Amino acid sequence: MRLIAQIGEWFDRRLQLAAPIREISEHPVPRNTASWFYVFGSAALVVFVLQIVTGILLALIYVPSGGEAWSSLQALNHDVTLGWFIRALHGWGSNFMVAIVLIHMVQVFLFGAYKFPRELTWIVGVFLLLMTLGMAFSGQVLRFDQDAYWGLGIGASIASRVPIAGPAIVKLMLGGPIIAGATLSRFFALHVFVIPGMLIGFVCIHLLMVLKLGINEWPMPGRLVKKATYTAEYHELTKKDGAPFVPYAVWKDMFFAAFILLAVAACALYFGPFGPTGRPDPTIIQTVPKPDYFFLWLYGLLSYLPPSMETPALLIGPVVAIAFLVLLPFLSGEGEKSWRRRPIAVLAILLIAIVLGTLTHLAGYTPWSPHMNAWSGDPVPERFLHGATALQRQGALVFQVKQCRNCHSLGELGGQRGPALDSVAVRLTQDQLIRQVIQGGGNMPAYGKNLSPAQTTALVAFLETLHPAGQAPARDASRDVVLSDAQEKRPGAQP
Amino acid sequence: MSNEDLVSRRGFFMKLGILFNGLVAAALTVPIVGYLLSCITRGRANAYLSWVPLGPLSEFPEGETRLATFRNPYVTPTDGKTADTACWVRRIEGEQFQVFAVNCAHLGCPVRWFQQSSLFMCPCHGGAYYQDGSRASGPPERGLFQYPYKVQDGLVTIQAGELPTPGASASLTGKKPTCA
Repeated sequence: MRLIAQIGEWFDRRLQLAAPIREISEHPVPRNTASWFYVFGSAALVVFVLQIVTGILLALIYVPSGGEAWSSLQALNHDVTLGWFIRALHGWGSNFMVAIVLIHMVQVFLFGAYKFPRELTWIVGVFLLLMTLGMAFSGQVLRFDQDAYWGLGIGASIASRVPIAGPAIVKLMLGGPIIAGATLSRFFALHVFVIPGMLIGFVCIHLLMVLKLGINEWPMPGRLVKKATYTAEYHELTKKDGAPFVPYAVWKDMFFAAFILLAVAACALYFGPFGPTGRPDPTIIQTVPKPDYFFLWLYGLLSYLPPSMETPALLIGPVVAIAFLVLLPFLSGEGEKSWRRRPIAVLAILLIAIVLGTLTHLAGYTPWSPHMNAWSGDPVPERFLHGATALQRQGALVFQVKQCRNCHSLGELGGQRGPALDSVAVRLTQDQLIRQVIQGGGNMPAYGKNLSPAQTTALVAFLETLHPAGQAPARDASRDVVLSDAQEKRPGAQP
Repeated sequence: MSNEDLVSRRGFFMKLGILFNGLVAAALTVPIVGYLLSCITRGRANAYLSWVPLGPLSEFPEGETRLATFRNPYVTPTDGKTADTACWVRRIEGEQFQVFAVNCAHLGCPVRWFQQSSLFMCPCHGGAYYQDGSRASGPPERGLFQYPYKVQDGLVTIQAGELPTPGASASLTGKKPTCA
């Protein structure tokens, strides 16, 4: 024991770190901040360390070459002992890190921690979020499979829309004219050197400010932040009702961090690593690329934006969002901190959560995409053909062969791009059906050039049978009148 | 002149040192930026583009649309399979062709050709195109990208070499995009 103390003393005489470390760890924090709500920042840091460690372990095997990256991932999954587990830890760690950073941000926002004097801590935090997302995206690229390849294509297509500089930005992003070896190399450099380096630097600044300015006190409704008096009030609070961070508050951070690490490991063990999906060969076009979980909402949004709004929304949207986050502490740097008295803040969080959640959910089953194999894989349910005439049966065949089914479901099977047609005859009259089929419209292609008159007649005859048993099909009320008028006027017609 | 206004020897050398470092940094910036931007500057004046053969005329029956593949004319040693590219070749009649990029004009996903309904459909966000590449429905703002082509010595040849993207499309197709 004495020897250890002696060795410790020998080092500290040279390093002189013991005193500042003690001072930092025992700095007083307001007692009520020793809360389970205050554990997300440290958990994010711990997961970040996990990412660094597992990332270095992966780099022992991974080859950042367009020709070999995919095979080296296969080797990690199947040949290297426990390689699959390290990949799974890194992949799940990434998901957990994004989630925890987002939760941390929501907590900080709802507790008013971005207000004076912690404005810069918040702004640095915003950049930490962007870097975390940058790591998530570049990490997805390093998993160099079909999703990564086409994901890069989506990124390039978005970047190309920047006015004037677009094509140059695309080449800079891809490292050349196409998505290829150079693209992977530069995303490797970003993912392994540039962004982590910046992350480490920004995390240090972020932490330094938390220590220097003190942790945000538990917000009390009615206790308003004023620039003139806040610092003195905070010091008063920590003096009167403070406790040393270690061990008073730190044990909760430690428990939560350990729990999160355990959860990452459990997910890694149970679900295994992510991909890689198919080989990144652009000549294999039978693929349905999809981004990783935290970018699914964007994937969903991109299918719902009207074409004319897309480019402005893609280019201006992120700038506005980031500018708003950066400017937030200047827009409301003082005043009420408690979420109990900030209904707009709470509603804003709920609204964003619901929007992102809904878009993510929709992107899970992409109702906007045609089902490429529905026309040959999903038969017309039998009940739609009971008692059908020959013409109607022929129409059902046309319906399948012309791939209508890829976008329209019958009996819950088929694409959801267009409306389900189980009861289309109730909504559209015969004339309207013919017009819709031939001219398209409302997001449906026109089939006029692609259907013979006989095929159209058969198809519409089939569609007219699609109505529930007790419900009459739609009909044009004026049609009978017009037809009977015409009959009366016909010379020689019987009265 | 008072003593305080005088530049001391040390102060002068420090300023000179800063200036010296600044000059060296500026001098080094030129090659560094040149290196970083080489992928852009190299692509000036369509240096990435070349004519590549897709196959003999006989591989593309009249009135049909077939998938063809080619090796990108600009490759680096680590490209692997990624330099292989696919395109849709529509032979209208005789030596009249349309060669479409597989990349959807919306966000670049690979579109698939459906012979029976004469449509190209995109699996990502549901863009659809008619057989002539014009936009049929969905989020794309324009029709499919087309490669300039020519028939040479019985071979269908296209001018390719760059990833077609909505912003860069002007340099890819010699003519104005076919809009819906």
